[in-house]
Amino acid sequence: MGKVLCKLEGINKTFGTNHVLRGVDLELFAGEIVVLMGANGAGKSTLVKLICGYHTLDSGSMTLNEQPYCPSDPAGAIAAGIVTVHQSIDDGVIPDLDVATNLMLDQLTVAGAGLLVRDRLLREKAREVASNMGITTDVRTRVSDLGVADRQMIAIARAMAHAPKVLILDEPTSSLSATEAERLFQLIEKLSAQGVAILYISHRMSDIRRVATRIVCMRDGAISGVFEKTPLDYDGAITAMLGRAMTEVNIEPVNVGEPILEIRELKLAAHSLPINLTAHDGEVIAITGLLGSGKSKLAEIIFGLQQADSGDMQLDGITYKPDNAASAVERGVHLSPKDRSSNAVIPTFNIANNLSLPFLKSFTRGGLLSWTKQRDAADKMIDQIGVVCQSADDGINMLSGGNQQKVMIGRWLLEPCRVLLLDEPFQGVDIGARRDIGQHIRHSAPGRTTIVFVAEIDEALEIADRIVVLNESQIVGEHQNINVNLNALVAQVSGANNAVECQSQ
Amino acid sequence: MNNDRFLDYAIRYGFLLLLAGLVVFFSLLASGFASPRSAVFILQSVAITGILALGVTCTLVVDGFDLSIGSVATSALMLSAYSMVILEHSAVVAVLLCLAMGALVGLINGLLIVKYRVPDLLATLGMMFLLIGLQRIPTQGNSIATGMRLSDGSMAEGAFSESFLWLGRHRFDLVLERLVPVPVVLFLIIALVVWVFLEYTRHGRLMYAIGSNEKAATLVGANVNRYKIIAYMISGVTASIGGILLAARLGRGDIASGNNLLLDSVAAALIGFAVLGAARPNAFGTAIGALFVGILLQGLTMMNAPYYTQDFVKGVILVAALVFTFYLSARRGAGGKTSTNV
Repeated sequence: MGKVLCKLEGINKTFGTNHVLRGVDLELFAGEIVVLMGANGAGKSTLVKLICGYHTLDSGSMTLNEQPYCPSDPAGAIAAGIVTVHQSIDDGVIPDLDVATNLMLDQLTVAGAGLLVRDRLLREKAREVASNMGITTDVRTRVSDLGVADRQMIAIARAMAHAPKVLILDEPTSSLSATEAERLFQLIEKLSAQGVAILYISHRMSDIRRVATRIVCMRDGAISGVFEKTPLDYDGAITAMLGRAMTEVNIEPVNVGEPILEIRELKLAAHSLPINLTAHDGEVIAITGLLGSGKSKLAEIIFGLQQADSGDMQLDGITYKPDNAASAVERGVHLSPKDRSSNAVIPTFNIANNLSLPFLKSFTRGGLLSWTKQRDAADKMIDQIGVVCQSADDGINMLSGGNQQKVMIGRWLLEPCRVLLLDEPFQGVDIGARRDIGQHIRHSAPGRTTIVFVAEIDEALEIADRIVVLNESQIVGEHQNINVNLNALVAQVSGANNAVECQSQ
Repeated sequence: MNNDRFLDYAIRYGFLLLLAGLVVFFSLLASGFASPRSAVFILQSVAITGILALGVTCTLVVDGFDLSIGSVATSALMLSAYSMVILEHSAVVAVLLCLAMGALVGLINGLLIVKYRVPDLLATLGMMFLLIGLQRIPTQGNSIATGMRLSDGSMAEGAFSESFLWLGRHRFDLVLERLVPVPVVLFLIIALVVWVFLEYTRHGRLMYAIGSNEKAATLVGANVNRYKIIAYMISGVTASIGGILLAARLGRGDIASGNNLLLDSVAAALIGFAVLGAARPNAFGTAIGALFVGILLQGLTMMNAPYYTQDFVKGVILVAALVFTFYLSARRGAGGKTSTNV
């Protein structure tokens, strides 16, 4: 192991009455990849924000290369050699400029840079950076025209341009496909071999297994465990993170009721085979597949946000062809979308108002909203799904990610529905909150059909009665969730098997 | 912790306390300030800007902006004069024409923004120019008054009807005889209606949701485009009401009046952000914001401050209110905000 690059001692940080960090000690060595694990609310993000200069610490000390280090702002941290790639990608790119300018932007602010921008040289340099990173897009494309995954790679590439000593990655794979993630991992390993210390934050066990050389767990604002003996003790890490051991979830597939939603000959893409799927009363179906496999498109078609190229749907035996979200909700089809902060959370509203938003009509009396009715419903839902908060009046942004997600799902459970669609319900949610949500969804399943769209196979296995695999916009496999052949499942997800072969399974 | 509590109170009640302090200050120092007549005078001075400000508040709620309100008001002023003086319409027809014009302008603004994806500031800026120009064309750039010479050489025979002028000039009895003018009553009614609409109906709640996270509002089934268009139509109609009241007060179609309407009403709506620490557009705050400006100007005038200092004073209040809103509230929010992603 290399020398200590960055050392944190006795870090304390308080926000108002909230003691977020309580005496955190952390050392980062050159050439290692430290995974920081912690439940939502454990203090990971605050710690990162201290290191990268967004917050100042209350007490404790930080050193970088044995020099005292206390950045007054993010620019100071970058100048000192600590570079962070944040979870929200759009912080890292400028959407209106082209890829080349984005990659080279920092060169433009260097003191002594020429007045005129030499585009050809800029593009040439940018191509070099891009090819080092394995980015294949034309550098003249505008970033706003790129997909999320490409933007993420560019954000990371930009961070690399600073030649960092310490690189912090906050949930970098949450919007990457498996191949893109693999590209990122290779890059991380390359950097680590060059002596960069990497602090990697993630909830995804598959990522952690892939990259970690050491695991540091946080709970309630303090370090609760460090694991560095190979092979790494992943179960021990989860226990340290949650303060209790996590048992395996055993799903007993239920006996399904009447069919509720029937999807017939529905084409997700012009060239793909049509999809046929029947979802029954009381059943939880997980639809899994890589990013871009058509999961989100299918969810959006069922919720009326997109129209299918061909095919039709039946809801309770009656033709179902929603034009928009409102007409889907009217028929009892509810969707909790992915990416809660951009698609679901109303940041200026409190918990109660966030919960009641889709069903304001039923909280209206004589044209005016009834606060007591909303309040009662909100209190009941908070209790049912176990949102940790002081009251329904708390601002939604006061909650940790997992609790926010519970509110976003609870929003759609306020009124009974026929079809509940959950797109990536466990995004940015720690394993404890994930189990809470999963359990509640399974308990409340009778009376509707539930379709969960998840990229992680673990999550599908934890919640579903039946797992359907999508690849390239068509169904390539279907499994009852009992003694699932994991190898076959993984092969189908990654598209290794021949599609026709799998369909007969 | 005590510090936090204090900051919280300061943000919540600071502006209202400041307002009360001003009233006490002027009452002691400017003789005649603390009288019903003076109070009504203040209300009258802010009634028209206040009505416009309430409209612009609705567009701010959906995260839009309406720069055309001033020109809608002056267009309504000219249109009502044109309708009565030159076309010799009755008061009712003139008022209906103006309201319809306001609604139409709001609809066009809304469609430009929603359908043609023109950014709100640019769409309403364009509309502002268009209306300023349009209102001058029928009269070749002249003001409209009874007896003016028309382009074909004849005289304008029509006149502002009494019932129309009643809107701007009548005063209701309250305690004192002929105390409360019609525009003040209308201002208070509109403020109440907009406040109830925004705070206590599901439509208002959805409009706030759209302003805060448009995508999320779409995904809960709100018809975002329709609500945005409605917001601009409300803004257009309230602006035309303001114009009607201005015309009724002046009694002529004065081409030069209403220059300050846009800036004054936008300022009132923005000052409103600071009231009760709302940090967002709200009808109560807007009404208080308009009053605040009115009280300060009236008090200073009664203490012999010259008229040309008025805009400067307004600017100072606006900047102070904005600092109040954005700096202090952000600091208060810091504790909560940082725990977002922890």
